[in-house]
Amino acid sequence: MKKYFPFFRKYRKALLLAPALVVIDVICEIVQPELMSEIVDNGVMHKSMTSILHTGGLMVGLSLVAIAANVGNIYFSSHASVGFAAELRKGLFNKIQEFSFSNLDKFSSASLTTRVTNDVNIIQEVVMMSLRLLIRAPLMLLFAAVIAIRINASLASIIGIAIPVLAVSIYFILRRGLPFFEKMQQRLDKVNGVIQENLVNVRVVKSFVREDFEKKKFGYTNDELKEMAVRASGMVVLIMPVMQLVMNVSIVAIVWFGGNKIMSGTLQVGQLMSFITYITQILMSLMMLSMTIMTFSRAEASSERILEVLNTEVDIVDSPGAKEKNLLIKKGKVEFRNVCFKYHPDGAEYVLKNINLIVQPGENIAIIGSTGSSKSTLVELIPRLYDVSSGQILIDDADIRDFTLLNLRTSVSLVLQQNELFSGTIKQNLKWGNVNATDNEIIAAAKDAQAHDFIMSFPEQYETVLGQSGVNISGGQKQRLCIARAILSKPAILILDDSTSAVDTATEAKIRASFSEHLKDVTTLVIGQRVSSIQAADRIIVLDNGEIIGLGSHDELVKSNAVYREIYESQQLQKETAL
Amino acid sequence: MNGQTSETSRLSPAGLPGRHGHVSVEKPKNSKRVIRRLWNYLSREKVLLVVIIVFLLVNTATTLAGSYLLRPIINHYILPHNIPGLIKMAFLLLGIYIVGAVAAIFQNRLMILVAQRAVNAIRADLFGKLQSLPIKFFDSNNHGDIMSRFTNDVDNVSDSLNTSVMQLFTSTITLTGIFVLMLYISPMLTTVTLVIVPLMLWVAALIIKKSKNYFATQQVALGAANGYLEEMITGQKVVKVFCYEKSAATEFEAINYDLRDKATEAQYYSGVMMPVIQNLNTINFALTAVVGGLLVVFRGLDLGGLAAFLQYSRQFGRPVNEISSQYNSIQAALAGAERIFQILDEQPEISDAPDATVLGHVNGNVRFKNVSFGYDAGKTILKNISLEAKAGQKIAFVGSTGAGKTTIMNLLPRFYDIQSGEITVDGVDIKKIQRSSLRRSLAIVLQDTHLFTTTVMENIRYGRLDATDEEVIDAATLAGAHSFISRMPKGYQTMLENDGGNLSQGQRQLLNIARATVAKPAILILDEATSSIDTRTEQIIQKGIDQLMQGRTSFVIAHRLSTIHNADEIMVLENGEIIERGDHSSLLKQKGRYFELYTGQFD
Repeated sequence: MKKYFPFFRKYRKALLLAPALVVIDVICEIVQPELMSEIVDNGVMHKSMTSILHTGGLMVGLSLVAIAANVGNIYFSSHASVGFAAELRKGLFNKIQEFSFSNLDKFSSASLTTRVTNDVNIIQEVVMMSLRLLIRAPLMLLFAAVIAIRINASLASIIGIAIPVLAVSIYFILRRGLPFFEKMQQRLDKVNGVIQENLVNVRVVKSFVREDFEKKKFGYTNDELKEMAVRASGMVVLIMPVMQLVMNVSIVAIVWFGGNKIMSGTLQVGQLMSFITYITQILMSLMMLSMTIMTFSRAEASSERILEVLNTEVDIVDSPGAKEKNLLIKKGKVEFRNVCFKYHPDGAEYVLKNINLIVQPGENIAIIGSTGSSKSTLVELIPRLYDVSSGQILIDDADIRDFTLLNLRTSVSLVLQQNELFSGTIKQNLKWGNVNATDNEIIAAAKDAQAHDFIMSFPEQYETVLGQSGVNISGGQKQRLCIARAILSKPAILILDDSTSAVDTATEAKIRASFSEHLKDVTTLVIGQRVSSIQAADRIIVLDNGEIIGLGSHDELVKSNAVYREIYESQQLQKETAL
Repeated sequence: MNGQTSETSRLSPAGLPGRHGHVSVEKPKNSKRVIRRLWNYLSREKVLLVVIIVFLLVNTATTLAGSYLLRPIINHYILPHNIPGLIKMAFLLLGIYIVGAVAAIFQNRLMILVAQRAVNAIRADLFGKLQSLPIKFFDSNNHGDIMSRFTNDVDNVSDSLNTSVMQLFTSTITLTGIFVLMLYISPMLTTVTLVIVPLMLWVAALIIKKSKNYFATQQVALGAANGYLEEMITGQKVVKVFCYEKSAATEFEAINYDLRDKATEAQYYSGVMMPVIQNLNTINFALTAVVGGLLVVFRGLDLGGLAAFLQYSRQFGRPVNEISSQYNSIQAALAGAERIFQILDEQPEISDAPDATVLGHVNGNVRFKNVSFGYDAGKTILKNISLEAKAGQKIAFVGSTGAGKTTIMNLLPRFYDIQSGEITVDGVDIKKIQRSSLRRSLAIVLQDTHLFTTTVMENIRYGRLDATDEEVIDAATLAGAHSFISRMPKGYQTMLENDGGNLSQGQRQLLNIARATVAKPAILILDEATSSIDTRTEQIIQKGIDQLMQGRTSFVIAHRLSTIHNADEIMVLENGEIIERGDHSSLLKQKGRYFELYTGQFD
């Protein structure tokens, strides 16, 4: 709860006014039945027209006040709840911006998105509800009970019986019904799972002619869902009739006992009528309260998911003092000193073991190794996307933790294996690399990444809109745009993580050529799959199971390194048998 | 799939996320037709519906009668001090209420049964329809969109059938009943109601209209915010790499505050209706009390009548409120139903020709004769393709992305029908073969390796449902999957969940190959089956694939040329045309495009 307070700060006024207005509304409404009994008992019984009109006027006046109070309440609670939700969304989004890679790995992006959208909406709804019903219902209940007791204490004892009876029945219905809802949700997930699988496998289903098999499978889960839905909803719809029965039986009791009291002269007809209204209000409030509590318990899961994000400790931040030092990367020398790394501090095995490596400024390093050899992890340590578990990494002879993240990451450009472009024009996307880039710089970078030609082939050229509503580009084109974006940031160190896998070999060779021409001074680290695309590198790192097991030029490695030779020969062998 | 993705989604975007709380107020385009079709589902339970209506009438009648009885109780028993009569009336009242409660319970539970059966049938029809739709539908519609028919849209319909419909019905009948009884008690007093109620309805209509507009603008803002969030969070790692965090926060702040302002208005208008109508009803109650009081004094209205009348005028507000608050959810349900029916109305795969044959034993001779094809009319992707694969031969396709390789593979199983030319299997035009028979004769191994949530055994058996356990294990052994399956905790009985999430890409591909193996197809299609796998793993899989290809006609699309050099014929595709063909060595000698591709790869 406390975690949420800061998000209300901007809307404090609305937050206080909304419940205050509810109090006014409740007071206006709660006296209405009593005024009505005035009309009957004083006005009608004593045939006093002035009393009737007077009291009636008061009733109408109070109703008008109530309307104003209600409109005000809704106005302020809308502002407070929606505003709160907006602040919460902003808070979550900003928090996610701070997340490190290992923070991000903990959540799937779909789940993060749901938390910021749906879960926040659910909380917003609960806040809205709280600012009205959660205050209104108990107040109504309390006031109505007080007035009922004041009218006739012994008659009011009926309320004392009705409330527990109703509360207990609702409790039992919900206790039986809620597990059904949980089961229903599980079965619903199962139904959705079958549909989802059917959709992604549509070619498999069709090519094996399994349409009927799928229908049968779906029919079974669908029927299971229906059965549980009937049971779950069947329990909940009991609540309303049961509550009505309790209410009506109470009314009968009031008519009976009240009737006797009227006959004995201790109660008046108008009072009996207002009493019936009060007991209706009391039981209705109780219903509202239980519904509100139910909504609360459903929102609890959402709240937990939101708090999980807010409470996540961001594990990579600027080191103290980094800002003051304001170190900049100039040369691009990279050094690994006894670096070990594992993703979870309590994980059993290191994914990188004892890495020692010095890369000279302007050097061109390639990294090769089978999947799972931690190639990506190795390069992701350099811009501090993950922090080393032990040892240290130095750039230009300073520990990378002494740089601000901004300075470090602006100078170290990493083209991720799983890369993304964003909706917007090609130019806007490239400018992610450097907001202030001139058109000439953009074109130069695109040329170096071999992207210029295909960009120019689009009718809108650099203004071509990418993304959902725009042109779709091929995987290879996307990779080239990502490379151009990275080059544009004029990094001292450029890292390509298997970034040309979808680019055909001829184009890849051209990219390599323009790199060696225009990016001579840039330290480059390139992860590759094929020996052919990396063998020209100054030095090649052979990574196996998180260890450097070979380091040297292609020729050296072919001679001295068994694993490298194996990779090389397997690719070479295919070539020779082919020839 | 090249080409298809550029087709924009033909279905309108379905309910955006954020459905909770405020139902979107989309309007169905043709409410009458949608209602008629929904009725088709409900009317399957005609008997139950009649029973429900009976219970509903009983329930409503008891509510009305209960309040009405106040009149005789006050007039004839309480005021004249008739105690035995009061006892009798109290028991009568009790009896009426119990009957009412029982009727309400039956009515509600039966309605849920009817509603859930209808929803169940809708879901089944929708899924069944999907099975009959051509691949084109799935290629040109976003899966998320299709899913939301099953989730959001069916939910909306289900909610509405569960509660809204009954409530609308009950409310209308209650309103009518109250009105009639009011007239019966005192026509004069009823005029008060007649003044206030139109006012209530007018205010309700006004608010609904306003809130509809604001919801529409809110929905747009919500869509923008959700879209932005999804994109940024998906690309969060890129955001980090480029230090874009601050810019993203600034961009989002603007979008977020825009949403806040729109949502506040929408929330305000949707929230304000219920209390305002309730208060208007209180005014109605007050005026009734005044006028009623005066009528008792000057016009001799009976006191019991006034009491009953006041009860009714209190009750009046609820149905009015309910009718207006159901408006939005019924609109949403109708819009959802319309989107569901839109899919049910989609054109299914063209049915088999009446004289279509069933293939017996398939040898696997495949011929393409002057085949031309485009996904959209007027945009030809494949031009005049002719080729022949004799039984048991291996045909490979190479070429840059977008050259049309995958498209060719879509034609043989008739995922798409060609526009001109002819494709034959064992000399028979595939258009003259029953689709199911044609597809049974071939198997496809794709690049994306999706698995089903079931055991390893059943995943492989998917290739041929009547395969015995031994046959499945044999197939797995042949494909080279047996050893890793045996190492799994429960072997072949291990459950795969989340699309085989705990398996590596290579392992999943081996399962796919085993699945194709167990199907014993005469023709095999491999679409980049090893492209996303490193070269060492690829060698293992290649063994499995080679085993599978033995004795079968196979078509192979490969990204890495090393996997296809032993093909009987290699087709080099460029811009939808075969520009070179021949076996590996003859193509190399030509020193053309293939030579370029090949040498570029290895030097």
